[in-house]
Amino acid sequence: MSRVETYATAALVEDALRGQRLPGWAAPAAAGLAVMTALLLAVATPVDGVAGTAVVAVLLFVGLQTAWSVRVEGRRHAVDRLATTAVHAAFLAAVLPLLSVLVTLIAKGIRAMSGEFLTTSMRGVSPTSAGGGLYHALIGTLEQVGIAVLLAIPLGVLAAIYLVEYGQHAGHRGFARAVGFVVDVMTGVPSVVVGLFVYTALVLTLGLGRSGLAASVALTILMLPMVVRSCEEMLRVVPDELREASYALGVPRWRTIVRVVVPTAMGGIVTGAMLAVARAAGETAPLLLTTFLSKSVNADPTNGPQAALPTFLWDQIASSTPASVDRAWGAALVLVLVVTALYLTARILARTTGVKR
Amino acid sequence: MGTTPRLDPALATSPDEDASRQVLGPAERRGDQVFRAVSRGAAQLILLLLAAIALFLVWRAFPAFQANTASFLTTTAWFPDQDPPVFGIAALAFGTVLTAAVAMVLAVPVGYGIALFTVFYADRRVGAAAGFITDLLAAVPSIVFGLWGLAVLQPHLGGLGQWLNTYLGAIPLFRNDSGLYTKSILVAGIVLAIMVLPTVSALSREVFVRVPATHVEAALALGATRWEMVRASVLPFARPGMVSAAMLGLGRALGETIAVALVLSAAFDVSWQLSEPGGNTFAANIALKWNEAGPIGLSALIASGLVLFALTLAVNVTARAILARRARFSGGAA
Repeated sequence: MSRVETYATAALVEDALRGQRLPGWAAPAAAGLAVMTALLLAVATPVDGVAGTAVVAVLLFVGLQTAWSVRVEGRRHAVDRLATTAVHAAFLAAVLPLLSVLVTLIAKGIRAMSGEFLTTSMRGVSPTSAGGGLYHALIGTLEQVGIAVLLAIPLGVLAAIYLVEYGQHAGHRGFARAVGFVVDVMTGVPSVVVGLFVYTALVLTLGLGRSGLAASVALTILMLPMVVRSCEEMLRVVPDELREASYALGVPRWRTIVRVVVPTAMGGIVTGAMLAVARAAGETAPLLLTTFLSKSVNADPTNGPQAALPTFLWDQIASSTPASVDRAWGAALVLVLVVTALYLTARILARTTGVKR
Repeated sequence: MGTTPRLDPALATSPDEDASRQVLGPAERRGDQVFRAVSRGAAQLILLLLAAIALFLVWRAFPAFQANTASFLTTTAWFPDQDPPVFGIAALAFGTVLTAAVAMVLAVPVGYGIALFTVFYADRRVGAAAGFITDLLAAVPSIVFGLWGLAVLQPHLGGLGQWLNTYLGAIPLFRNDSGLYTKSILVAGIVLAIMVLPTVSALSREVFVRVPATHVEAALALGATRWEMVRASVLPFARPGMVSAAMLGLGRALGETIAVALVLSAAFDVSWQLSEPGGNTFAANIALKWNEAGPIGLSALIASGLVLFALTLAVNVTARAILARRARFSGGAA
């Protein structure tokens, strides 16, 4: 509180002494001046290049604005303007790489896109020759992610039900808190470590063999904590009145959960699950460790090498011939489209079917 | 979010513990017991999973520890499949920490900035758009960032590397004696920073949203500028959350595999020079060496993965502990 008071007193005194503020056009004017000067410098002096000019322009803008603001408004407002500029710059710093990624992805990915690319495998196509496609990888990704969904979602939802519906009771509270903590920690376990674990447990110890199924198990472990977390949050916002109304009608607890609580939260649960699927679909490292690359279609996840979109991408980048890099960009575009489609659907579902309060 | 008033625990217990015993018949009661046991089993499985990860990694890393003829911690070379096997994690640990540090230096201030922007600076619609954009950044798979870093970012960073060498070359970090500006820790650090950004900004955004509106309004009503309001009302409240947001970002940066594997030169040396070709990390080394490794080689990679697991676990547990303690103090759900 004392700090707020100090600021307040300082503010009152300063405002009384000088109430002047910069006009609204000051910032744009300073920006314009800075950009023009930077462009002039770029022409007249050795400082050139897009990056150099941009940096010079930003520095000039900050300097100009601060100097002007200190003269007219005083130090406090100058610092405020500096902070505002920094915060906006931070936002731009996030937008620029995203834009760059998207623009390159679309520009280079579209060139590789064709009916053939989507419907043929790499069977008999050498890394240096054009042609071939990712059909085999698409099948692999769909199967591996599909199996992971079938395993992770029931498990995750059940665990979340335990945490929310039973974890509050005496005797369960400590255990539930421990599980909640472990779920949080599990979200931070690197995917490559999960890949190592599945390899040691399923391949080395149980002798399963590197296969699409092993990859699915790795993806399941990666999705599980995300599903539990989001599902838990959704179950917690289901109003207790609904549960109590159901108990009052003599409905047993488990039927209340299955017929009342879960359906109410279903929209949110589906959303969280789809976000987890989107994350898992793009994972590369665990697949590299648990499956072998394959150039042809293998629809059987339990047997033999099976391709997937991320590992296909990895293979094409590693070949690094012009033809394979083209294919890599095409595959990257398809992968991002798949992930974004899942992601957007999840977002829209969240907006339309969330728990009404 | 999540602040729905809960029932009094004593009341909440009643339907299942006592009342059901009187009202429900034996069949329903059995249904309840089965359902509770099944859901409890799912929760137990998650606990077991974490323990199993640790156990299996230790077990399968053991042959490598036994076979190694050099010090595991201080050796930089990685020849686990030669006879006698010589390998150690010094270079890997150094590279992992250095790339993560570069990423953190770049991503943490920017991440906080984005969070501040979305919550306190932008108007509602722009703020929502900004949140959407950072989420979208999180949705881009890591291998796509790797491809982008390799094809787009790395050629553009040559200029930056040369500039740093020319003007700041006195500092070992920025010196480049090789004259080559290709795949380096600098490139990896920047790619990592972009990938960690959504984690840092999304988590700090969550804390910023919880800053009581009364604190914010009080500061503004007293005539504080917006920045003074942030310093006086927001930062003191949000600091633990911001620290754990940065630590969770660090956890991601340490464990990131594919993007880093694509933009590092995978050398086994300890060099501070960021822009020179070289650098390696635990995760990248596992991905790159996996398919060429023999039995001891695999075991050695598992051993390095075990170290990575311990490292990220420590970081994550610390971050979560900070958050949990905070939640208990402020009475909110974490």
